[in-house]
Amino acid sequence: MKNLLARREGLLVIALLVLLVVIASRFPDFLAPRNLAGVFNDTSILIILALGQTAVILTRSIDLSVAANLALTGMAVAMLNAAFPGLPVPLLILASLAIGLGLGAINGLLVWKFGIPPIVATLGTMTVYRGSSFLLSGGKWVNAHQMSPGFLEWPRAVIAGLPVLSWIALLVIGLAFLLFTRTPLGRAFYAVGGNPTAAVYTGIDGGRTRFMAFCLSGTIAGMAGYLWVSRYAVAYVDIAAGFELDVVAACVIGGISIGGGIGSVAGAVLGALFLGTIKNALPVVQISPFWQMAISGTIIICAVALNARAEKAKGRLILRSAT
Amino acid sequence: MSVARTLPDRLDSSSARLFKSWEALLLLVAVVIFGVNSFASPHFLDPWNLSDATFNFTEKATIAVAMAFLIIAGEIDLSVAAIIALASTAMGAVAQTGAGTETLVFVGLGVGLLCGAFNGLLVTRFQLPSIVVTIGTMSLFRGLAYVTLGDGVYKGYPADFAFFGQEYVWSYFSFELTLFLGVALVGGLILHTTSFGRQVQAIGNSPLAARFSGVRVERVKFILFLATGLAAGAASVMLTSRLGSTRPSIALGWELEVVTMVVLGGVSILGGSGTILGVVIAAFVMGLVTFGFGLMNVPGIVMSIFIGLMLIGVIALPILARRIHARLTRRV
Repeated sequence: MKNLLARREGLLVIALLVLLVVIASRFPDFLAPRNLAGVFNDTSILIILALGQTAVILTRSIDLSVAANLALTGMAVAMLNAAFPGLPVPLLILASLAIGLGLGAINGLLVWKFGIPPIVATLGTMTVYRGSSFLLSGGKWVNAHQMSPGFLEWPRAVIAGLPVLSWIALLVIGLAFLLFTRTPLGRAFYAVGGNPTAAVYTGIDGGRTRFMAFCLSGTIAGMAGYLWVSRYAVAYVDIAAGFELDVVAACVIGGISIGGGIGSVAGAVLGALFLGTIKNALPVVQISPFWQMAISGTIIICAVALNARAEKAKGRLILRSAT
Repeated sequence: MSVARTLPDRLDSSSARLFKSWEALLLLVAVVIFGVNSFASPHFLDPWNLSDATFNFTEKATIAVAMAFLIIAGEIDLSVAAIIALASTAMGAVAQTGAGTETLVFVGLGVGLLCGAFNGLLVTRFQLPSIVVTIGTMSLFRGLAYVTLGDGVYKGYPADFAFFGQEYVWSYFSFELTLFLGVALVGGLILHTTSFGRQVQAIGNSPLAARFSGVRVERVKFILFLATGLAAGAASVMLTSRLGSTRPSIALGWELEVVTMVVLGGVSILGGSGTILGVVIAAFVMGLVTFGFGLMNVPGIVMSIFIGLMLIGVIALPILARRIHARLTRRV
């Protein structure tokens, strides 16, 4: 089992390296450390969202509302900043975490208390959150000149050669690793998704665990809302439209099984980096950016097929050892 | 759940069951919306107005009938809106070469079928979960439309191509409405009176048990994906004909509305149960609501909030009602 997982992440590392070599063979400058750091920084938001989504997918659920949550929270925080420029940035970040948590908790409650299938619940909240962003803003934009300098500069500040945005991604990766592998809650994510019945017999409350996963995903999406708005220096209703698919795609590419219980932090991060590298490389190798959607679709399908094969192999192994 | 299961002494009479059914509730909702709308706007009850109102949902509803089969069989197709975009792009490209209406319809339906076959092949042959597969193909199909068109637009469809989205077959019945009602009738007959329909429901309840009963599960599922692709192709023909132009962002987000229609119609998202009648009434409910909002000048995005709430509400309310009912009966 451990070997298998290691191999899947290994496969991703190899794929990523091959991709980089192919790009570098024509455009060696792409491999410059400065540029690679730029790619990482550009992919940071995708990475942290993918980690939140990983928790949800591990419990056999899916959260399609992350991009809408991001848009609503980002809009709320941007409007707070525009209305009260005096509010300190840390307070605004706390607000974004709280709003995100609230929206995630709604998803969690719908799944936990009402037994609504996660895909339906979050499809519904996706439109409700996105629409609420319209109601909140009246369809207006919050532009850079309305935001305070501190609000805009904070994620851009460079510490030890990397922007704060990248450091946040690294921090979230570290925390997610600790959470998934070293805490009861993290193990519960795997248990509930891997075998819900067995999880109940070991005393794990499946509904509550899923609720926690949605709260985590929501909180992260809220934080990503602030990061997004401040990074692109604009907030409007349609920001990050369709980004939930990129997030799910990053997870699927990273080997996180949509059937639950299988996946790792490294996988999610590598999956996000793979997508991010392609997105950044397309303009460099002069392929029309319109190709990006078709390419990520193809990659998702290939990744799902690969995952399914790996899981099937595992199934056979269990049968053989049982007889 | 530790609720003791008891068998009632006698089942509800058939009229009582009919009264309690989801479809009856939906019909009631439809009547209420109808009433509210006709109060809100004096023009609402004009037959031409009502006939006009059907245009904004018949394309989605035609797909919803096919999607209902798929969801009842325990699968889902989130790529339908992307299929519309790809089929419309293909028709647009062919129209630029001066092809006639028959060729365009053939191309539209053909692309729909091909996309459906691709989904079906991935799900049945490679045993992949349909949610992820169709999220992938959604990206792929619409991506191909973007690759072909970029930020451009196809126009210049032949004049008689407008028939499918703009003309009337008989009195107030548009081609779109007639096709939808026809598809719904045939779909209802297949689902509720044929052995194929029973097989679809059996697969949704337990694919394994269905397989052991001799149902060719994979083949049935493949046919359902084909049918959904074909329905999306037909919707693409009608929508393209109605708009008279193609952009790659055509029908964006429609998959959500189609799934909402099906779930609102009482089809269990977990598979195994549902009726076509429910889906048809749900289509009318959603159509009337959006049209009523339109008459009141409510922006589209606010309507989408309402649709999202409706999607959650229709699933949550029965669960809530059952829980309250259980609490009341326990106390008595």
